[in-house]
Amino acid sequence: MKKLLMATALTAVTATTAFAGGHGKEVKLGIILGFTGPLESLAQQMAGGAEAAIEEVTASGMLLDAAKVTGVRADSTCIDAAAATAAAERLVTSDKVDGIMGADCSGVTGAILSNVALANGTVMISPSATSPGLSTAEDNGLFFRTAPSDARQGVVMTDVLLEEGINEVALTYTNNDYGKGLADAFQTAFEAAGGTVTISAAHEDGKADYSAEVGALASAGGDRLVVAGYVDQGGSGIVRAALDSGAFDTFHFPDGMISDALVENFGSEIDGSTGQNPGTDSPGAMKYAELIGDKFNPTSPFSAESYDAAALIMLAMQAADSKDPSDYKDHVMDVANAPGIEIFPGELGKALELIKAGEEIDYVGASAVELIGPGESAGNYRQITFEGGELKVVKYR
Amino acid sequence: MDYLNAIVALTNFVLIPATAYGAQLALGALGVTLIYGILRFSNFAHGDTMAFGTMATIGATVVLQSWGVSFGPLPTALLALPFGIAATIGLVLLTDAGVYRFYRTQKAAPVIFVIVSMGVMFIMNGLVRILIGPDDRRFADGERFIISAREFKEMTGLREGLALKTTQGITIVVAVLVVAMLFYFLNRTRTGKSMRAYSDNEDLALLSGINPERVVMVTWMIVATLATIAGVLYGLDKSFKPFTYFQLLLPIFASAVVGGLGNPLGAIFGGFLIAYSEVLITYAWKKVLVYTLPDALEPTGLVQLLSTDYKFAVSFALLVIVLLFKPTGLFKGKSV
Repeated sequence: MKKLLMATALTAVTATTAFAGGHGKEVKLGIILGFTGPLESLAQQMAGGAEAAIEEVTASGMLLDAAKVTGVRADSTCIDAAAATAAAERLVTSDKVDGIMGADCSGVTGAILSNVALANGTVMISPSATSPGLSTAEDNGLFFRTAPSDARQGVVMTDVLLEEGINEVALTYTNNDYGKGLADAFQTAFEAAGGTVTISAAHEDGKADYSAEVGALASAGGDRLVVAGYVDQGGSGIVRAALDSGAFDTFHFPDGMISDALVENFGSEIDGSTGQNPGTDSPGAMKYAELIGDKFNPTSPFSAESYDAAALIMLAMQAADSKDPSDYKDHVMDVANAPGIEIFPGELGKALELIKAGEEIDYVGASAVELIGPGESAGNYRQITFEGGELKVVKYR
Repeated sequence: MDYLNAIVALTNFVLIPATAYGAQLALGALGVTLIYGILRFSNFAHGDTMAFGTMATIGATVVLQSWGVSFGPLPTALLALPFGIAATIGLVLLTDAGVYRFYRTQKAAPVIFVIVSMGVMFIMNGLVRILIGPDDRRFADGERFIISAREFKEMTGLREGLALKTTQGITIVVAVLVVAMLFYFLNRTRTGKSMRAYSDNEDLALLSGINPERVVMVTWMIVATLATIAGVLYGLDKSFKPFTYFQLLLPIFASAVVGGLGNPLGAIFGGFLIAYSEVLITYAWKKVLVYTLPDALEPTGLVQLLSTDYKFAVSFALLVIVLLFKPTGLFKGKSV
């Protein structure tokens, strides 16, 4: 017993010294995503992306003093700000992570940013929070995202719909920061371009019945129904009810709706529908797919962005030669943007080496990262359509 | 002016969906109300009992389908229903023997039972997720529509479509049958009468030689049956997802309370009241009015009383109003 106590005490002392040194042999990254809740079908592939980057860096042995990087998962729940804050608090205070990859949904991301990241000075890079509100949130330079703001998505959506010759739509959105932000951004852009939004109605997620919403949407009418919701939640419920009652035949889906589950749920019933989600035809996406292989589906939404978010944190650490967030937060934009040598997935080891040698890098990554303004992605989207029960990529914009 | 189209639109978007949803709520509320009336506590595990029953039915459906058994145009799940019911009866009887009986012999206060049932709820919640996973699952097969919107338009030449899904038809027919059987059982059979006697006055019932454990057992069996049927009908009509079943608890309790907890008739009425008020009050009347009013009076807005955001506010406002004026519910349930 005495020995055990001694050993524990010794370990604790060593651990503390290691942390105090700044150059620990271990770097910890928090991976906070909605493993349960409305985005649970995407979270595994997103975490997989971040962990692939972590493995790659650890294997290269180039980060700081050959530091071993470990990922610590935590559940953001996507919708419960209190639970997400508690989980992030645990990551920072108990697991002592050096940076956070996450969170996923805009609402919880904002909550974690203001309650945990700001208070503790932790860097956060979100792969998928797209609410326009986060562009102006107070962040002391600690918050970045590899996903674009929805203000941009609203414009892309407008272009897609108008090119299809559709200028009257009904709009429904999930009642949270993401849905409301995207719906407002889209409505503004669409009306400015001369289109008409006949109704903009919210729907709650996870509810028993959506006939009331569909009734109102059908009554307002429109050539197409825009569903700014979540595929695992109310979004699919709305689409199902709209199809069954014959209210709408074709839909337009923004990023939260696009997943394999959508095709599985509806198959050829949604033929002729359109949509867009962040994506790029840069060679990075292909290389990322090769890197992941069969481990999970690398084209799953936000998986590539998650890889990039984790990679950016580690590259910035290398550039600052420190794992202290207050040091490396200023280097995130440098490693992400030109000038420098372009870095693709699978080349993280090379990138770390280049930085160590004092060279500039331009991290392109899996999702063609280009950080603008307050540290958010400029935004590349892939336009998709549904034909014969399958999702087809039309083009990139 | 085109009354026919208006009627069709109203039926398609209000009457049919609200009736099917109301029937599903009513069956769920019946289970809650029976537990309250006879075992005297609010069973928060009811939504997850429904989820368990549906899960068991889905399991049996998959087995049946792998044997090549089908039910013609009707969903195979209807054939699998008895297996699901049996499994759920087994589960609730085990729960009763392992958990509730302990508190019953101690004559614990109802509030303790409520908290205990929440514990049971979390365990069932986890059990279902472990066994079948948290994902959305559709298990309806067979003919999807009795009449689809497109067919209806072609048949009648009207501008508005009318869709009646097979599952909606089944829901309404099964709900009517189940309710009729339940009322026959409660009012006409010896066991049913002893259940009502036990519910009215426990001590008197004991004195007249009614075996309380038997009454409790039969109640649980009926509740498990109702929960499974309600869950399967709901799952066939929409889809099965454990999280949604957990959320169903709210409208179900609202239905049971509005109607009067402990009163089966009230539960049915409450189910339809909640379903109709959710759909009707937030319905945008524009389409119907465009058809019925002369051109000059045609509305430009949506003519929506309340936006759909307030759907749940409607049912809970209703609940508060009813409780303010009739604290035991519309159909005089047991006092709280």
